[in-house]
Amino acid sequence: MGDGKLNPTDDPLDLAARWRAAGRGVALATVVSTWGSSPRPVGSQLVADTSGTFAGSVSGGCIEGAVIREAQAAIADGKPRLLEFGVSNEQAWEVGLACGGRVQVYVERLG
Amino acid sequence: MKAAILERLLALRAATRACALETILATGAQTLFVADDAALPAHIAAALAADRSALAADGRVFVHVFSPPLRLIVVGAVHIAQPLVAMASLAAFAVTLVDPRRAFAEGDHRFAVTVSTDWPDEALEALAPDARTAVVTLTHDPKLDDPALVVALRSRAFYIGALGSRRTHAARLARLADLGFGETDFARIHGPVGLDIGALSPSEIAVSILAQIIAARRAEPPA
Repeated sequence: MGDGKLNPTDDPLDLAARWRAAGRGVALATVVSTWGSSPRPVGSQLVADTSGTFAGSVSGGCIEGAVIREAQAAIADGKPRLLEFGVSNEQAWEVGLACGGRVQVYVERLG
Repeated sequence: MKAAILERLLALRAATRACALETILATGAQTLFVADDAALPAHIAAALAADRSALAADGRVFVHVFSPPLRLIVVGAVHIAQPLVAMASLAAFAVTLVDPRRAFAEGDHRFAVTVSTDWPDEALEALAPDARTAVVTLTHDPKLDDPALVVALRSRAFYIGALGSRRTHAARLARLADLGFGETDFARIHGPVGLDIGALSPSEIAVSILAQIIAARRAEPPA
């Protein structure tokens, strides 16, 4: 403690570098915009690997499952993705934010 | 993100240097800018100055600002300092504890933060509080608190708090007035320190202080 980080071992960017150094496929997800109430601010990040192991967060847990699936797809095809979630979204029946906000999440492979 | 960019980003962060990563979302192309670079593009300089990550109006470019952690300087390794430095660390502050009384600073309770046993004015001058620094004095002892407050008041610290009752605080302000400080300076000092939540225990007082620091940082300035 005292270095300004909650726990260095849980920091998404530190983990991304370490996981990649260990030979794992890695993707980063970043909140790039929010509207209305949303649980995590712009810039919040999540790291995921090929197996779906993840750390960090881009919401209060509402959309992480979908983001991790897209992260796995980005690791597989190398293409970045811009995802949008919100109650007004057509996916709302599947994945949505209970708070009624909207977020855009950018997913990119670390390569 | 290219691995080389991530490595550079982590190195800059470890060196507590502010930087901004610009991403063209459609292609994933990225450029990393360091705050002290000469000739930064205006929108990058503005994002860094505002400490604000944002998507451009056209929705195509994201600028992610990585700022060093906010700093908290706590003067006085007293009982309240124990929960305060622990909670502030959890809230991602880089905490330095200052107390020249080694029995407090290096006693049985080991503080898991940077500790300085220099005299508070020397310690604070070396730490050079800036607009991303909060300073809290907890000793109740004018010999220790006042020199720290003097340095804090001459700095751009975004928050200054001083533990002590209203009576203690009034006496403190009278001493600072003798040193040439005035109402504008006094208005910067939160004293008695902390939000009024009826806090009693050291942990509760630490919550009230940390909450007040966060409010000073995040609350919208009055219109």
